[in-house]
Amino acid sequence: MMFAPAPFLLKDASVSQVMTQVCLALIPGIAAYAWLVGPAILVQLVIASLTAVAAEAAMLKLRGKPLAMFLSDGSAIVTAWLIALTFPPLAPWWLVVTGTLFAIVIAKHLYGGLGQNPFNPAMVAFAACIVSFPALMSQWPSVGLQMPLLDQLNVILGLAPRVDALSGATPLDAMKTALKLGEGQIDIAHLLANQDIYGNFAGRGWEWVAAGYLLGGLWLWRRKLVTWHAPVAFLAAMVLVSGALWLYQPASFASPLFHLLSGGTMLGAFFIITDPVSGCTTPRGKLIFGFSAGLLAYIIRVFGGYPDGVAFAVLLMNLSAPLIDQLTQPRIFGMKGRQS
Amino acid sequence: MDILLAIAIMALGAVVLGAALGFASIKFKVEGDPLVEKIEAILPQTQCGQCGYPGCKPYAEAIAKGECDINLCPPGGMEGVQRLADLLGREVKALEAEEKPKQVAIIDENTCIGCTLCIQACPVDAIVGAAKQMHTIIAQQCTGCELCLPPCPVECIHMEVIPETLDNWKWKFPVIEIKSAPAKEAA
Amino acid sequence: MLNKLFKFYGGVKPPSNKTLSNALPIVQAPLPSRLVVPLHQSIGGMPRPVVQAGERVLKGQLIGQADGWLSAAVHAPTSGTVLEVAMHVRPHVSGLDSLCVVIEPDGQDEWIAHGPPDIATMSPADICNYLQQHGVVGLGGAGFPTHGKLTATPAVPMAELIINAAECEPYITCDDLLMRERADDIVRGIAVFRDMLKPQSVIIGVEDNKPEAIAAMRAAVDAQNEAFSVVAVPTLYPAGGAKQLIRVLTGKEVPGSMRSTADMGVQVFNVGTAYAAWRAIGHGEPLISRIVTLTGNVRQAHNVEALIGTPMNELLQLAQPHPDTDGIIMGGPMMGFLVPNESAPIVKTSNCLIAHSERLFPPKAPEMPCIRCGACARACPHELQPFELYWHARAKDFGKTQQYNIFDCIECGCCSFVCPSRIPLVQYFRFAKSEIWAREREKKAADEAKTRFEFKQFREEREKTEKAEKLAKAAAAQAAKKAAEAAAAAAAAGDAGDAPVADKAPDVAVDPAQAAKKAAIEAAMARAKAQREAAQVKNTDDLTPEQAKAMADIEARRQQAGIAEPATTTETKPE
Repeated sequence: MMFAPAPFLLKDASVSQVMTQVCLALIPGIAAYAWLVGPAILVQLVIASLTAVAAEAAMLKLRGKPLAMFLSDGSAIVTAWLIALTFPPLAPWWLVVTGTLFAIVIAKHLYGGLGQNPFNPAMVAFAACIVSFPALMSQWPSVGLQMPLLDQLNVILGLAPRVDALSGATPLDAMKTALKLGEGQIDIAHLLANQDIYGNFAGRGWEWVAAGYLLGGLWLWRRKLVTWHAPVAFLAAMVLVSGALWLYQPASFASPLFHLLSGGTMLGAFFIITDPVSGCTTPRGKLIFGFSAGLLAYIIRVFGGYPDGVAFAVLLMNLSAPLIDQLTQPRIFGMKGRQS
Repeated sequence: MDILLAIAIMALGAVVLGAALGFASIKFKVEGDPLVEKIEAILPQTQCGQCGYPGCKPYAEAIAKGECDINLCPPGGMEGVQRLADLLGREVKALEAEEKPKQVAIIDENTCIGCTLCIQACPVDAIVGAAKQMHTIIAQQCTGCELCLPPCPVECIHMEVIPETLDNWKWKFPVIEIKSAPAKEAA
Repeated sequence: MLNKLFKFYGGVKPPSNKTLSNALPIVQAPLPSRLVVPLHQSIGGMPRPVVQAGERVLKGQLIGQADGWLSAAVHAPTSGTVLEVAMHVRPHVSGLDSLCVVIEPDGQDEWIAHGPPDIATMSPADICNYLQQHGVVGLGGAGFPTHGKLTATPAVPMAELIINAAECEPYITCDDLLMRERADDIVRGIAVFRDMLKPQSVIIGVEDNKPEAIAAMRAAVDAQNEAFSVVAVPTLYPAGGAKQLIRVLTGKEVPGSMRSTADMGVQVFNVGTAYAAWRAIGHGEPLISRIVTLTGNVRQAHNVEALIGTPMNELLQLAQPHPDTDGIIMGGPMMGFLVPNESAPIVKTSNCLIAHSERLFPPKAPEMPCIRCGACARACPHELQPFELYWHARAKDFGKTQQYNIFDCIECGCCSFVCPSRIPLVQYFRFAKSEIWAREREKKAADEAKTRFEFKQFREEREKTEKAEKLAKAAAAQAAKKAAEAAAAAAAAGDAGDAPVADKAPDVAVDPAQAAKKAAIEAAMARAKAQREAAQVKNTDDLTPEQAKAMADIEARRQQAGIAEPATTTETKPE
């Protein structure tokens, strides 16, 4: 007599479905990215994905787990894509491979595999690489450069020298450097007039990538794969703090719109803050988590040593997530308004 | 001069902290040994003596003193060993003796001669009877310690495993093997 | 009457599959080959059998006497002969046995003499007793003896009487058909409850996927001029859970720890229970049959009125199961279970039999690790955190599971339903709950054993002390007796030096303060002293030299022997 427990009917859901939808949501952003900088990003996505799957297969084998079940769940692919999207698009292939390996092997499997990682693996990889290879990680191409695919491929594979075109900075980076160099004598409005770097509102073209991520994120929310709490809190924190400082001293602090649409803000808000494994699980916890991450990201951006602080902010909040969860347990049915 | 000052400050700090600790150790001193009670709460109170000690409290005291190992109690089972290990931070070892399922003793009333030897042997007074009267075991009170079996001169006591009934049936741990073809686990 | 409806958190919308079985009317099931009636069919004490093998019983005859307040009687579902009263498999997921009365029907279906009681003369307590004697229990699934819920809490006025006709689980349509066909009797039964509890309002909650049933109930309520409101609640599983339905209809949230909802002024009964109550009060019929939905992998899914005790495999044949059926689920697909032994009988709480096949219910994918997506927490109608309960139950950290309120879980299955990792969450919770109960039982037993052990040690000490006391007393008495004898002997002999016998008072055991013993000793010593003094040399003044020398010689000899008297006595000169 076979035994199977109730319920005998299950909703049509699976881990691979969740991960596939996350990847689909990234596509608008990737499309904008590719249009902006060229097909280099697609090459990086491929390199990262292949490395991720290979690393995952190797680790599963080592740990004695069934391969087919876990490889098809798609979580490694999501990590790989996030790494590819946060690393510079013309980064050498070995940098992307190193980052991905670090993420999959150390940040994910050494902690127990799927569902057990306390830190967001993509962010761990980013932090490790930016600390180890700071120069390579800040070599972003100028937008609109339109290098042909073959040339980009050569740069990535290290077959061609890394040219000056790569010394272009992201808008955030440029802003930070300029402010530092200018020592407060620079007027941001004056800076932003430089259309070559800063584009229409947040950076020459980079705002379109952010818009793409926003679109994908909103779709994820509609599909009920993420709740509104964490992204809204993150963006709200960003807007509030940057807005307050901008109103106070518009010459030294960029506008909220700039901060919202540049760097990793949108990607972070919808795809990184919302990582269920390493984030908070209670609604109030998500609000606190998102808000604090936004705050920290802004502080690191403006007052800290790195051009973009989303990665470190997220990692810091991952540390506090269990405590926040414990302190924000919601009241259960029938116990509201009662002493627990 | 600075060095002397530094040394003086460190010494002062040490004195203050030491005084605070000493004060706390006297003011907040706990009577008795709470560790023994915690250990005893884990032991199954069978009072059977299989651990070599005359009862669960002496065994608990011995464990607290570190005189003996934590794997000497068969009625507590591996789970008891695990819980003791968690409490004391010691290594989990396999049980010395074999773990037996829960049992109760049953007296064969046809053979009992009313000698009261088993009544004296039972550590929890679970046997009712008097001299030359029929003896019987109160099944609910019997802990399965088997101390009544040796004294009986006519060997009329035997142990029976407690059967699984609807009252004591439990759901099993729902982990199913996923490495090979799924093993069907019965409820 | 306009009722404001509230919402409860969570819930899921599984495909209802009700149209399979709600198209055909209720059919009376034919008599089975034999009836196996378990005695224990309700929560509470197990009824005692009052028949034995070989006896002929009539339909509706008492076969199990209720044992105690929280118990309900059991009756023969048809006339026939009792084959045996023995252990048979019970429809429980464990497949274990329980005591059953096995009846072989004689085909005549002869009723025992019965008739409606005179309600007008019955007090509420009488009505409760009557329902208990007629075996009326909750037919919604738990089987709680109905009479136990018909006494209002004196301190809390009953605000709402709710009749649960929601039937939220997929596949099940027995309540739907019952309402369509027998609404009049149901309303009369509700009126009985209303008269017992005297609530301020009576609300009948029906899910809005049952328009015909709602219409039938409304018509019956109007026809009887009752002020009951028939309310359509939104179809959402588990709206039929008692606490969820209370929330939807009244807005009150009854916490999981509150066993009796009457403490909050609301009571819930299943619509089938109301019907059974009316069959008992209005017609004198005990509960011997119920409507059961036969559905799933069958050719003709429909509802039958089945006798309690009908073996399940026989009953399911009425719906013509397809050949690839490989099991029977008792209950619905969300909370039911696969019956381990298909010849297990129908009991009072069996509302549905689903023929299981792999085609209809594909085997589940293997369990993946939890990704903490939170879908389960969003679905839980009790607003619990199922993934936290899962982590702790899996780690066997039962203290933590209780901290996260595991006993509030109603095991509805919403969390397992939505889990993308296909974790059988409810199984973990059931495991944790039964482990916690088992541990509590063990702890209780261990505490009792410890108390008995400590008392036994105390008793042994006490016996020892008493024994020692007795011995000491006996010895002291002995010594006193001996002293008295010696004194008498000494007095008779008149020997001055013969005193010391009494001096050697027996060396009594040093037991704590035994006054009697001490007194005995002292008395003996006093007597000895008196004897000694009485035997003292009184006339030592006018001693002749010979007498004096003789005394000195004796004294010298005594010194040598070491039994010289203490100096004081010799020093003391009388007078």
